[in-house]
Amino acid sequence: MTSLISLSGVNKYFGDYHALRDINLTINQGEFFSLLGPSGCGKTTLLRTIAGFEGVSSGVVMISDRDVAGVPANQRPTNMVFQSYAIFPHLTVAENVAFGLRKRPDIDKSTAVDAALDMVGLTGFGHRSAHELSGGQRQRVALARALILKPKVLLLDEPLSALDKKMREQMQVELMQLQRHVGITFILVTHDQEEALVMSDRIAVMFDGEIGQMDDPETLYRRPNSRRVAEFIGKMNFMDARVTRSAAQIDVDVDGLGACTIDAEQAPVGIDVGLAKVGIRPETLAILFDGETTVRETISGVVDEVVYYGDMTYYDVRIDGVDTPLNIAMKNLIGRPVLDVGEPTTVVWDARSLVLLP
Amino acid sequence: MWAKLTATEARRGLLMISPPLIYVLIMLAFPIGAIVLFSFWTQDFMTLDTTFTLQNYREIWAQPIFGALLKRSLFVSGCVTAVTVILAFPVAYFVSFHVKPSRKSLWLFLITIPFWTSYLIRVFLWKVILGYNGVVNSGLVGIGVIDEPLTFILYNVNAVIITLAHAFAPFAILPIFVALEKIDRSLLEASQDLGESKFSTFFRVTLPLAMPGVVAAVLIVFIPTIGDYVTPELMGGAGGKLVANMIQTQFLALNNAPLGAALAIVAMLCVTAISLMFVALNRRWLRGRS
Repeated sequence: MTSLISLSGVNKYFGDYHALRDINLTINQGEFFSLLGPSGCGKTTLLRTIAGFEGVSSGVVMISDRDVAGVPANQRPTNMVFQSYAIFPHLTVAENVAFGLRKRPDIDKSTAVDAALDMVGLTGFGHRSAHELSGGQRQRVALARALILKPKVLLLDEPLSALDKKMREQMQVELMQLQRHVGITFILVTHDQEEALVMSDRIAVMFDGEIGQMDDPETLYRRPNSRRVAEFIGKMNFMDARVTRSAAQIDVDVDGLGACTIDAEQAPVGIDVGLAKVGIRPETLAILFDGETTVRETISGVVDEVVYYGDMTYYDVRIDGVDTPLNIAMKNLIGRPVLDVGEPTTVVWDARSLVLLP
Repeated sequence: MWAKLTATEARRGLLMISPPLIYVLIMLAFPIGAIVLFSFWTQDFMTLDTTFTLQNYREIWAQPIFGALLKRSLFVSGCVTAVTVILAFPVAYFVSFHVKPSRKSLWLFLITIPFWTSYLIRVFLWKVILGYNGVVNSGLVGIGVIDEPLTFILYNVNAVIITLAHAFAPFAILPIFVALEKIDRSLLEASQDLGESKFSTFFRVTLPLAMPGVVAAVLIVFIPTIGDYVTPELMGGAGGKLVANMIQTQFLALNNAPLGAALAIVAMLCVTAISLMFVALNRRWLRGRS
């Protein structure tokens, strides 16, 4: 893999506001990369910095090994799908798609427009005017308009946030297929962790203008390097713990669960002997229903809260020695009853699913 | 049930619009009706001959003075419209794109300041500015740019155009400003993202999207200036009189209300025809582009 975009030591100030803090990242050729974070974390500013709509206060932005400082957006090999889609209301679909071809006499207009519309599933929509389109169709026009120019990078600024849930899930799959098909590097900005996990090769999680963690989706989910990353991506139970030995194996005594030994790999940022936090995802815990047996560790508790989702039930189970109840996600498999608040129950856990953080 | 409901709703609607409707009827429809009626009558010295005749229209057609005045009025309105709209666009653009949002209402407020004084006083002020010993002339003579005061800036068509262009500037700025405000700024970024410079973005995105405002500005300036009476009366001198001054002369000095009425109708029809043509051309142009 060759690197296509690299940012080193990028800082951005808006007046006194420090919007980007020492950003270092490399995005590879053909990668689907996501910038994930809560609103106001600087992810859109970072995207606009790559697009050329914002300059940097310090640091270097390189695209294809070329420093793009001072290069305006219209001269960068990037194209963007805007959050509002920014479809020109005075032009038809075909004219919108062909907008960027004015300075590209090498491309045959009508063939390219037809091909681009085919690619996004809007065959025959060319003559429609912009206000006749639904949200999903506008988004496809925006995609076709950007991809027709064959950019090196396609920048997507929360492209799915305006769509309803069904449409969003469908477009997630279509975007992934499209990206594989055209082989262009995609950079997606989103606040939706599920969207980022589903679509990306790699994700940078941002908080307050900084990158908190940059990893592939599975590592990010299973081995978050901080509490805020763990809590932003999915749910996680946290318990106090004491580390008694830290080597290739770590001995840890967890409040409520007891002593156990885990791999050093389960402490993503390393750990010293002493106080620590242990995280465990709700779906890696289980409730032992009547008649079921397990070879794993068990602990008894009392159901504190029940949230029924249809396919899933989320239980809060109170166990001795821990202040906050454990959140447990159970699939509603055949024969499993939904427990009531106050019922005594047995919780199953496994040391292999623990994450140890300082 | 439904019929009853709609009946009461219709009645309520009628009731609601009836005050303005009555007002419009009294203040607009009746006077226009009266003018139309008058234009088909003739003045017989002191009495009004109410037999239907096209005599007035024939006279307007036959006597070259009326046609010349009408042409001059159209020319002056055209010039005023062009000057006003072309000068108003940069102002509206500046306020919409370069003024901080929190300051925009202050700017709009400043633009309306000329309205604080009466139209008549503003016209007199221009007389002071443009006069033989006025601000412009004494200033230019004082710094030695010219030896003798300029005479082509007062009591002629130029003076009328300058004064009207100033008087109508806010009417042109405001609709263009509103049209520019409505443009989604991400469209301009999208255009740049797709390879256009800021300059070409203006012609490919900003201007086409601002056209409704420009059309409105053109109509708002063009239509009332054709019939303007005060400015040509005070600033136009002998060579700068327009059709409205002739209408006034016919009604009062010459005591020929029917001919004046016919002139007013002809002027009105000219404005209507030109405005409709302009709107139609614009529609086609806009549709041709989209």
